[in-house]
Amino acid sequence: MTEKILTRNFGRADSHTLAVYRETGGYKALDKAAAMQPAAIVEEVKKSNLRGLGGAGFPTGMKWSFIPRGHTGPVYLVVNADEGEPGTFKDRYLLERDPHALIEGMIITARAIRSALGFVYIRGEYVEPWRRFSTAVREAYEAGYLGRGFDIVVHRGAGAYICGEETGLISSLEGLKGWPKLKPPFPAIKGAFGAPTIVNNVETLAHVPHIVNRGAEWFASLGTKTQGGTRIYSVSGRVKRPGIYETSVGITLRQLIYDEAGGVAGNGRLKAVVPGGSSAALLSADEIDVTMDVDGLKNVDSMIGSAGVIVFDETVSIPDALVVVARFYAHESCGQCTPCRESTGWIYKMARRIAEGHGRKEDLDTILDVAKRGAGTTICAFYDGAVGPYISYIEKFRGEFEALIPRA
Amino acid sequence: MTTGPGPTHRTPPTAQAGRAAPATIIFSPEQLAEVRRLQSLYPDKRGALLPVLHMAQDTFGHVSLEAETYVASLFALSPAHVHEVVTFYTLFFQQPKGRHVVAVCHNLSCHLAGAQRIIAHCKETLGIDVGETTADGRITLQAVECLCACEHAPMAQVDDRYELDLTPDKVGRLLAGLA
Ligand SMILES: Cc1cc2nc3c(=O)[nH]c(=O)nc-3n(C[C@H](O)[C@H](O)[C@H](O)COP(=O)(O)O)c2cc1C
Ligand code: SF4
Ligand code: FES
Repeated sequence: MTEKILTRNFGRADSHTLAVYRETGGYKALDKAAAMQPAAIVEEVKKSNLRGLGGAGFPTGMKWSFIPRGHTGPVYLVVNADEGEPGTFKDRYLLERDPHALIEGMIITARAIRSALGFVYIRGEYVEPWRRFSTAVREAYEAGYLGRGFDIVVHRGAGAYICGEETGLISSLEGLKGWPKLKPPFPAIKGAFGAPTIVNNVETLAHVPHIVNRGAEWFASLGTKTQGGTRIYSVSGRVKRPGIYETSVGITLRQLIYDEAGGVAGNGRLKAVVPGGSSAALLSADEIDVTMDVDGLKNVDSMIGSAGVIVFDETVSIPDALVVVARFYAHESCGQCTPCRESTGWIYKMARRIAEGHGRKEDLDTILDVAKRGAGTTICAFYDGAVGPYISYIEKFRGEFEALIPRA
Repeated sequence: MTTGPGPTHRTPPTAQAGRAAPATIIFSPEQLAEVRRLQSLYPDKRGALLPVLHMAQDTFGHVSLEAETYVASLFALSPAHVHEVVTFYTLFFQQPKGRHVVAVCHNLSCHLAGAQRIIAHCKETLGIDVGETTADGRITLQAVECLCACEHAPMAQVDDRYELDLTPDKVGRLLAGLA
């Protein structure tokens, strides 16, 4: 079993307090980082093979290095705590149980990218995590970790999945509706309030103090060749022990389900798995011998995304599940791009009538056609995230859909 | 400079919630000072719009057109801009809501764990449909997308709290306990 890093203190009483964080070695990485040049911190994180844990899996050190050299105006650090990807709940734990790890990670990151101001965008529904994190920020100010060249503003969202997409998040932070923006320019060049901005996920930054403390080689060696470290998998659905599991990113999906989460509940027989939040393509039961790192899932045409694993046992109806997923995308499309706005609504309607027993013979092919045509044509990756499930649910379980469609 | 709006930010629903007539739409001097503090945290004060809208909703019960216009005046923004923002987000209510909001998650993991039974039980117990408020202004019922507590499916948010591992019985007791 891999050593727990991010979750090592989760079982302790008062793990969210400054006192406990310090007792367990917290804020020690700050001293080390203070003695390092910003470029050296970026280099260390590059070597660690840390990849973004919010969804896209982009190499973190490389992202940081995109801040224009010689830029003299403000640079902002924005933390994405808008956790909303169905099946994901790890950032909630980090905010509630180890908020100081994120704060320390932010202070070090701020040094690396030369930022004096950071924003933490917490989803509006997360009231308790927001309170916990805000209290921790207050503690960090009182202890003098914050307010000496780096400040943190805690910002609450107001309910909109699309604000998890980094440019939608920035719009929302700026007091606009959460419409994503066309990239380029990428946020590192022109982000929040027009300034170069680094957007990172909560879990990504919580790793940073450990990388500084124990070194890039150590971190890289915990994972696979192309991704370092551990990560927190959120496991739910039909498993015996739903919950969060921190393991090496080299774990296989089979090990995660059977060794960590106790195996399949329901009728005990695996039917399918959502491997990385609802936007990841569905895997069938015979596709679970993959490593749960970025490349492992790419190899089977799915994605690790936010590492939210949802397990379906054999009693689960795939058409019903598709209705739930399609309703979600229809509800959450921001409406800016025609393919996304129109297709998500239309596909939801078709999926529903199929599941309700009055689908038309051509509906399945229409869904696949509509899904494939729109992919890659939109402003943000939201629509591609909807296309993954549309196509995989139908292509991998077509017979089950066809059985519901009345014959003409 | 510290964090968000602080402990006064989420006041319990006031008399203005429910069906009571809305009070005058105006912040107290302390609240106005808080608005200015929030605005000063952002490179452009407009960044404080969502936090101030949360404040407005907590104070006035919901974000009416009058409240939008009032908030717009505090930011020197057009009421149309504020309206566009308010209508984009699910947590802002444009109409009076119940004294309590019960938001049952019906996304994938909760669906697999029987969210539909929980929603049906709520509808039956309260005698209202999803999206409606009981006639006495006590409870607004919603079905919402993933609240990211899927390990405790099925679950719901009741006002500020997450209520986990629901059964029809448990949700029945919860509803009965809401004054
Ligand atoms: C539709 C959509 C929703 C997203 N939701 C989240 C989210 O809830 N949390 C998150 O950290 N990243 C989310 N992302 C990814 C962000 O755009 C961004 O890549 C990420 O926050 C960068 O941080 P990282 O590099 O540390 O992962 C989402 C992306 C898309 C397209
Ligand atoms: S792809 Fe969808 S969610 Fe993304 S910007 Fe376009 S309409 Fe909005
Ligand atoms: S599906 Fe209900 S909390 Fe995630």
